[in-house]
Amino acid sequence: MFEIFGIPSQAMFAQLLLGLINGSFYALLSLGLAVIFGMLNIINFTHGAQYMMGAFVAYMLLQYLGVNYWAALVIVPILVGLTGILIERVLLQRIQKLDHLYGLILTFGLALIIEGLFRDYYGSSGQPYDVPDALQGGHNLGFMFLPNYRAWVIGFSLVVCFGTWFAIERTRLGSYLRAATENPTLVRAFGINVPRMVTLTYGFGVGLAALAGVMAAPIYNVSPQMGSDIIIVVFAVVVIGGMGSIMGAILTGFTLGIVEGLTKVFFPEASNTVIFFIMIIVLLVRPAGFFGRSA
Amino acid sequence: MASAADISAIKLRRDTDLSLAVAAAALLACLIVAPFVLYPVFLMKALCFALFACAFNLLIGYVGLVSFGHALYFGWAGYLAAHAAKVWGLQPELAVGIGTATGAVLGLLGGVVAIRRQGIYFAMITLALAQMMYLVALRVKLTGGEDGIQDVPRGRLFGVLDLNNEMTMYAFVLVVVLAAFFLIYRIINSPFGEVLKAIRENEQRAISLGYRTDRYKLVAFVLSAALVGLAGSLKSIVFQLASLTDVHWTMSGEVVLMTLVGGMGTVFGPVVGAFLIVAMENYLAPLGQWVLVIQGAIFVVCVLVFRRGIVGELANWLRVKL
Amino acid sequence: MKFAASLAFAAAALITTAAHAQTTNVKIGVLTDMSSLYADATGPGSVAAAKLAVQDFDPAAHNMKVDIVVADHQNKPDIGSNIARQWFDVDHVDAIVDVPNSGVALAVSDVTREKNKVFLVSGAAISDLTGPKCSPNTIHWTYDTWMLANSTGKSVVKTGGDTWFFLTSDYAFGHALERDTTAVVLANGGKVLGHVAHPLNNQDFSSYLLQAQASKAKIIGLANAGGDTINAIKQGAEFGITAGGQHFAGLLVFISDVQALGLKTAQGLVLTETFYWDMNDATRAWTKRWQVDRPGKFPTMNQAGVYSAVLHYLKAVAALKSADDGKAVVAEMKKLPTDDPLFGNGIVRADGRKIHPAYLFEVKSPAESKYPGDDYKLRATIPADQAFRPMKDDNCPLVSG
Repeated sequence: MFEIFGIPSQAMFAQLLLGLINGSFYALLSLGLAVIFGMLNIINFTHGAQYMMGAFVAYMLLQYLGVNYWAALVIVPILVGLTGILIERVLLQRIQKLDHLYGLILTFGLALIIEGLFRDYYGSSGQPYDVPDALQGGHNLGFMFLPNYRAWVIGFSLVVCFGTWFAIERTRLGSYLRAATENPTLVRAFGINVPRMVTLTYGFGVGLAALAGVMAAPIYNVSPQMGSDIIIVVFAVVVIGGMGSIMGAILTGFTLGIVEGLTKVFFPEASNTVIFFIMIIVLLVRPAGFFGRSA
Repeated sequence: MASAADISAIKLRRDTDLSLAVAAAALLACLIVAPFVLYPVFLMKALCFALFACAFNLLIGYVGLVSFGHALYFGWAGYLAAHAAKVWGLQPELAVGIGTATGAVLGLLGGVVAIRRQGIYFAMITLALAQMMYLVALRVKLTGGEDGIQDVPRGRLFGVLDLNNEMTMYAFVLVVVLAAFFLIYRIINSPFGEVLKAIRENEQRAISLGYRTDRYKLVAFVLSAALVGLAGSLKSIVFQLASLTDVHWTMSGEVVLMTLVGGMGTVFGPVVGAFLIVAMENYLAPLGQWVLVIQGAIFVVCVLVFRRGIVGELANWLRVKL
Repeated sequence: MKFAASLAFAAAALITTAAHAQTTNVKIGVLTDMSSLYADATGPGSVAAAKLAVQDFDPAAHNMKVDIVVADHQNKPDIGSNIARQWFDVDHVDAIVDVPNSGVALAVSDVTREKNKVFLVSGAAISDLTGPKCSPNTIHWTYDTWMLANSTGKSVVKTGGDTWFFLTSDYAFGHALERDTTAVVLANGGKVLGHVAHPLNNQDFSSYLLQAQASKAKIIGLANAGGDTINAIKQGAEFGITAGGQHFAGLLVFISDVQALGLKTAQGLVLTETFYWDMNDATRAWTKRWQVDRPGKFPTMNQAGVYSAVLHYLKAVAALKSADDGKAVVAEMKKLPTDDPLFGNGIVRADGRKIHPAYLFEVKSPAESKYPGDDYKLRATIPADQAFRPMKDDNCPLVSG
């Protein structure tokens, strides 16, 4: 145990770890938002509610059907992703031609509906979701105590984030996606079913949010407000990073999580708001964001 | 010599003014009679929100800027007004003045940051700023956090009129809100307002005509925030309480809802929307969280099939300007 | 024609009022948390308790008609005070009961005083309600932060817990509980090493628990309640807090919390309640009736307090034959001694404080518990005259002024 700037190393690294975990969720969620925005040009306000749905569906699967965490990791993103596809087909396609702000308002309304329904049924207090047995406990690393589950969250998020980046930037399917974003008509002319790609992309983005929700369930408790609380921070992350690139979204998410963790150590009162402060500074100095193209 | 086009343009103008005047007179008559029929506190709440929505409409309907974080100005003005009345012991009209000034100052600070981006980014930034100030309100001593600022005295207006009398309070709120409506109307129909509309239609063209559009947008933002601050201050005095609810993002969402339902870009739309939503919340309160669901559903339906809003549809059907 | 009609109407109104002149109409509003972190400790259980009180009072026998209305204040002072205002102004409610959440309770107390009605606080804890914020229209029924501090707090300090770190719910209740407990800790030779405030209805305690761990205090005082206490204790296990030698002091714990935590996690917790369902035959019998509405649950002291308060209120209204003057009814409630199967005999003091004994309990281990709900063993009884803050220390304008 040693000290850094007067703070015991254990406290410092523990908070950094928490920051990294928050960062994992910021990265996953801003990645989902970036993917959806890239293809549909919509800011999916419902993203937070879909993250919350992921956590709740995992909870319900465990509670009512005895389905465990590992199965939930696979099933829940598919289930919630399907609801996303439904939303895209039935609602979002209709407003494609309108001003993009209507998309924001519509998805905002959807978020209210979903949160209201869950709040009505489950109340606004949280439901417990236990850490899966295989990941219980932790290791004492000497300079800090590392709970197993939290280490898993960081590791798995990194895998998912980079997997997504790889799929979009380095595979053929990803290249079709990127081309369709740039010039849908031309890509269609090549015989590629663009509307279906758009729908599936939205579903994928939603699935990412739901996956984040499942991973969050044992850490943050499953409550109906968890989505709206986090999504606004993710918006700030997205503004800071700029919507231009997938890698940008991932890096910004993790970095800001770490910054938040560090702030908790040295200046705890400001930790909730530090990301917003950074957003203000970035806006004044570099409005397009770190990785963004000029809007 | 007046051409046929000129004459028809003049006739349209007169019709426009006529329809607006008729609607205004009807509204005024209703508002004067209402407190004898309905619960005055409910009416005062609706009036405050009507002002909130009209000031919001100034930005969204006439400049084309969608702010998702207007609760910031509403709530913080309310906090400062409550603090002024309770801790500094100021008279209600001064407390409300302080609140309005708070709205203006915060509007300036927020506007400078938010106007750097357009469209969706602008919306996200306003939302993020509002959330930041919500988190600040949660921790800072001034606001009382979860408990809010309670026991705010209604006081004596101008040192003379006792505002604890519900009717006197109502009269004060009505006069102030009507004056603010009139101010908004004058702003919309001034040369300044014409530039704002030009910016909404096509900002590039306005820039090419030599207008410093950023300046105009900022002024509009500050005006809007100041009037929203006025609404928030009035509400704090009426309810004798300033709380976190007024700075929460759901409050920002509510004003968007009111304006959307009433009719964006119409003069009376936000008023109708505000009264409707406040009444709905009142009567549906026993349903608990279903109110959130219903609000969300109204958003979705409005965006899909009812974008003009109630007053917008009415104006379209009657072919008048409302 | 019109004149005759209005005359006839007036006459009819007079006759009907004359006919009803003997029946006293009373409306009681149960304002509680139905959906958030205090819903299990109060909520629907409080409503059930109020209904039982009306039943046991038997309004018909006293020529009275009693109605109950219910609302959810969602832990927001503006919602709570608006409901109170509307209830008093428009819906002719005469008394409001329960109100967990001290911030809301303070706001409702103001409105009640303004409208001269009655406020019976069962759920909220802040001791200021019989202190600087006391009111001739408010009675603080079940418990308060001073009582908790001097019961649980004192017992923990006396058994060796002399260094404390507070995890405080960031609103009126948490701060009051921390304040009152700090006073007790210091007065008994202990030290407070630090504190951190967390938002109400917080889900993630990890960073706060880390700070508590870093402080190395022997005792982590939980100046919070309901869902917050449950979450803090559960997550404390994840970070190895108790394994590291620190202990939680649950300054406000209800049996509903113990049930949610489970005996395995909650065993050994020391807490204070003024009611336990398994105390004697009378409490057991009442609990059986209450459980008809709330199967599988066990009543907390808050819910029992609602029953006791409503019963006493109705007795006072019956004595005065009217519920209109709030101050008068409260004065009558202070005059009459209280007597009910749940709290036994007691009185309501001049400052609005209801007096009854307090009980220090320890949560049983799973092995010691023989049947569902068998959660507590009695460690000590604090007699009624010592359980609450002496009136001279109140700072209540009603008493000194």
